Amino acid sequence: MKSKKTKTFGRLVKTMFSFYPKMLPITLFLILFSALVSSIPSLFMQRVIAVIEEHTALGNWGEAAAKILPMVAILASFYVLSLVSNALYNQMMAIITQGTLKRMREKMFNRMQILPVKYFDANNHGDIMSYYTNDIDTLRQMISQSIPQIIISLTTVITVFCIMIYFSLWLAIIVVVGTFLMTFVIKKVGGGSAKHFFRQQTAIGKVEGFAEEMMNGQKVVKVFCHEKESCADFDRINDELFCEAERANKYANTLGPILNNIGNVLYVVVAFVGGMLFAFNVPNLSIVGFSAMQISVFVPFLNMTKQFAGNINQVSHQINSVVMGMAGTERIFSLLDEEPEQDNGYVTLVNAKEENGELTESDERTGMWAWKHPHSDGSVTYTRLAGDVRMFDVDFGYTPEKTVLHNLSLYAKPGQKVAFVGATGAGKTTVTNLINRFYDIADGKIRYDGININKIKKSALRRSLGVVLQDTNLFTGTVMDNIRYGRLDASDEECIRAAELSGADDFISRLPDGYSTMLTENGANLSQGQRQLLSIARVAVADPPVMILDEATSSIDTRTEAIVARGMDALMKGRTVFVIAHRLSTVRNSDVIIVLEKGRIIERGSHEELIEKQGQYYRLYTGAFELE
Amino acid sequence: MIKTLAKSIREYKKASILTPLTVSCEVVLECTIPFITAELVNRIKGGCGMDTIAKLGGLLVLMAVLSLSFGVLSGYTGSTASCGFAKNLRHDIFYSIQDYSFANIDKFMTSSLVTRLTTDVTNVQMAYMMLIRIAIRAPLMLIFAFVMAFIMGGSLAWIFILVIPVLGLGLFLVARSAMPLFRRVFKKYDKLNSSIQENVKGARVVKSFVREDFEQKKFDTAATEVCHDFTVAERIVAINSPLMQFCLYAVMVFVLTFGSYTVISTSGAEVDVGQMSAMLTYGFMILSSLMMISMIMVMLTMAQQSGKRIAEVLEEKSTLENPENPIYDIKDGSVSFTGVSFRYSENAKRNALSDVNLDIRSGETVGIIGSTGSSKTTLVQLICRLYDATEGRVSVGGHDVREYDIASLRNSVAMVLQKNLLFSGTIKENLRWGNKDASDEEMRHACALACADEFIDALPDGYDTYIEQGGANVSGGQKQRLCIARALLKKPKILILDDSTSAVDTRTDAKIRAAMRSYIPDTTKIIIAQRIASVEDADKIVVMDGGKISAVGTHGELLRDNDIYREIYNSQCKAGADDEK
Repeated sequence: MKSKKTKTFGRLVKTMFSFYPKMLPITLFLILFSALVSSIPSLFMQRVIAVIEEHTALGNWGEAAAKILPMVAILASFYVLSLVSNALYNQMMAIITQGTLKRMREKMFNRMQILPVKYFDANNHGDIMSYYTNDIDTLRQMISQSIPQIIISLTTVITVFCIMIYFSLWLAIIVVVGTFLMTFVIKKVGGGSAKHFFRQQTAIGKVEGFAEEMMNGQKVVKVFCHEKESCADFDRINDELFCEAERANKYANTLGPILNNIGNVLYVVVAFVGGMLFAFNVPNLSIVGFSAMQISVFVPFLNMTKQFAGNINQVSHQINSVVMGMAGTERIFSLLDEEPEQDNGYVTLVNAKEENGELTESDERTGMWAWKHPHSDGSVTYTRLAGDVRMFDVDFGYTPEKTVLHNLSLYAKPGQKVAFVGATGAGKTTVTNLINRFYDIADGKIRYDGININKIKKSALRRSLGVVLQDTNLFTGTVMDNIRYGRLDASDEECIRAAELSGADDFISRLPDGYSTMLTENGANLSQGQRQLLSIARVAVADPPVMILDEATSSIDTRTEAIVARGMDALMKGRTVFVIAHRLSTVRNSDVIIVLEKGRIIERGSHEELIEKQGQYYRLYTGAFELE
Repeated sequence: MIKTLAKSIREYKKASILTPLTVSCEVVLECTIPFITAELVNRIKGGCGMDTIAKLGGLLVLMAVLSLSFGVLSGYTGSTASCGFAKNLRHDIFYSIQDYSFANIDKFMTSSLVTRLTTDVTNVQMAYMMLIRIAIRAPLMLIFAFVMAFIMGGSLAWIFILVIPVLGLGLFLVARSAMPLFRRVFKKYDKLNSSIQENVKGARVVKSFVREDFEQKKFDTAATEVCHDFTVAERIVAINSPLMQFCLYAVMVFVLTFGSYTVISTSGAEVDVGQMSAMLTYGFMILSSLMMISMIMVMLTMAQQSGKRIAEVLEEKSTLENPENPIYDIKDGSVSFTGVSFRYSENAKRNALSDVNLDIRSGETVGIIGSTGSSKTTLVQLICRLYDATEGRVSVGGHDVREYDIASLRNSVAMVLQKNLLFSGTIKENLRWGNKDASDEEMRHACALACADEFIDALPDGYDTYIEQGGANVSGGQKQRLCIARALLKKPKILILDDSTSAVDTRTDAKIRAAMRSYIPDTTKIIIAQRIASVEDADKIVVMDGGKISAVGTHGELLRDNDIYREIYNSQCKAGADDEK
């Protein structure tokens, strides 16, 4: 556990060094320097007071001034240096903190982009978000405040202690005893506070989770008049949070006064012992050997005691944020260490043109695509992208223990429309997840235009497939931006044409700002059906040879769908299309209908063939219309 | 805003008052300690006896113990007061939301409500703790230390008159120029985070369009902007530290030169060495309390935004109120709409419903059909008074819905919402939402009616199977069936199914309808559906179009007379018709 913390910290420091190889060491040096300088005045104090003592009785300022003023001048120049370094390191720290956070965010985001879909399926979205919010916040707190403060305080404590020993060993021993006492208190109280702060975090998480669930279902709560019960549940976890928060804060709040007053008592004890040394003329043991205790040593020593205790107090305030910051850093690194999606494919997708019956690569967009297949002997072959997808004896399970697709074989010839029908959980969506390699098959083979899809670069494979999912995800931006997401270099006209084709143009032109209407919160101002139309337009503009429509029109009512259908037919023409639909009116005109049950194909054929067969499809179909 | 929030202090008033009091005592003691210490130092220097040292030392230890006690006490009451206040705020927010009507709920987004309940309350809690502890401590310390400095240091203390305004003004200027920057950048930061959220949710879309690089670039631009703005703001704030140090150093240098001059030239008569060192202590106190004050100012302005957002929730009044002498008993399941028009908000340009007249007899089965956006859901939501009609009158059981006790009305009118949800908990716990005291027998019966019994029995833990948040571990169709069973447990007089079987396969859909027909014949059943098949055997079918009723009739009548109905029918049954030919 301990070594893991050290490792995390070491990695953080290393990462920050790699971000700011020059600025970070300079800043650290300036912090150290500034801390050193700010602990030096006690030395000057001692000298000045010694001079004052010498001259007080005579009242001769002129003579004293000659000794004091140069000292003050040196002190002042130290101060100037300290001020400059203070101003500099604070500015640099601001840059380093924000820059580090930015790069951490970017690192996390970039890593997130290359993680497999599995990661997003397996992890709660709220948890993923908290890397970017809570964890980054704790990291900020730690980098910008705790670490500099701890460096300053520790440096001060060490320097001051050295000076103390230099002045008087006896008194320094008292301070050591006091330090032990303070460390003990910090361990007890500070440790308790950290423990409860962690529990408080968990309790906040609970409240957040509960509130989110209830507020998402607020309308259900209202419909069932369940307000009282959910209030009672809330009160219970709210009280829990209160208890933890109260305890955590009690610990944190009392740490300050306790340390402060240990400091006060220490001060008194030092004064008392110092007085005794005076009173009984006990020789003072210092670096220069035994000598009589002097007021010039004594007064700055008292001030140093205060400074010493004050700095230990400062360190203790940072404990919570360091503990939390380390936990946050650990989580951030855990995201950065997530295994990215593997891609061993080498077959790429290129623009092609046909010359003398032979395919060659082209630099321009030709509207014709080809798979570029480099072979081990150095030769390259080109295969025209047609959209022929075949599956041979495919087995698959999301976890190795549970196979959800068994021995699946199917083919889709270029331009064919293949529909998957079956109950929820039959494995329809799973099949499409395998074609675009969101998940990899356990056994069997999938070939795309005759090429094993494992050999195709994932980016090329996915670019050749257009997917419309049931849950539409739109992005913040205009309607036009969202359509253009399908092909970034599409012109406005092309986007509008795609919208017309998919039947989205009608409602878009009725929006207040038409194609320039801003969409936020996943298109919250649109209906689910409108969102689906938009995501169809988005695929239309991408113009892929193969399309996967997973319940793409489920929220478009049948009447609108009938209107959209003509556009959809035009859109699907000449493409290989995989359709998953609940509604049989959507699948009726497919070339092949595949009926799945529990991960197995139980029927396949055209609508007419299947109706004739009077099997499961027939039952489903007639169940819908009850044709007697 | 402050008034609204302060109402939530309640039982923690005592702790809230006690805290500043104890803090004040602590500060008084803390400020006197250096005074007495200076005295002690002087006495020692003057060669006093051990008894004086012991006496003064004892006094100091006593004061330290007292100050410690007050410190701990204020720490305790402070945390009780602030955490208690936060608890009450959360309580009040949550309860307020429970009182909201649908119209109120529509106004706030879930995520923003959750943020108000957590982050914003935490901000206010911290600010409150600051307010009752530090905001008392800092000015008090400032004044006290200042007075003491004058008492002890005499002419030396004049330096503070010079330094305090300099530092004060500096800190003020820094805070004033940094605040608007922070406010702006926090908005950008929120946007950045919401774009991350978009990406997490839309990971599949990003991947299927191979837009990883595009998203990374987009993110980089946004992150760079946020970083830049934050850096500018923080660099302004970073001026505080050297400014403070400058003032402290100025005081030090001044005290060392002018102080030693005064000591020597007056032969220690006006100021002596002990006092000189105490001056430095007070100097530090004064400056750090100024620093604290500026910190509080920043904290409070930040918390102000959070406070405003909380007050917004607390001050939101429910748009629906229970009548004064409500009717608790709903006679039967008849429903009638007379000249009903409805608008979602006063500012809405268009009526969602206009001039709706409809009579439904108790026990009838009514189908409602129409294209998306034709206000089918809006229509049925008025029956259980989720919204109030803008014009006209909706009656249930012969009385205007506004005359009923809302809870009684909703208990008699069960509505299965389109966007329905299950909650984390066992199946049983979820079913009991319909009826707290439902017996196992009743639950089984309801599930049998909703055709949910089969799949529940197939689950390893049966009715004790744990349902994850939102019902993530059951399929869409299973979820819908459970939701219907949950509504049936209410034994309602009116049952409204708002597209509640869309994910259920057609055969089961028909089975559910058949079960309802035979087992709850007296319940009025209102079914919104996409499929003609789901409504064609209803007693009457309502065809909605653009917020108006286009026609009411039986399947046969509508097929003959209504274009829209025929169009819908054809879109679903054309192939079937082809087959028949």
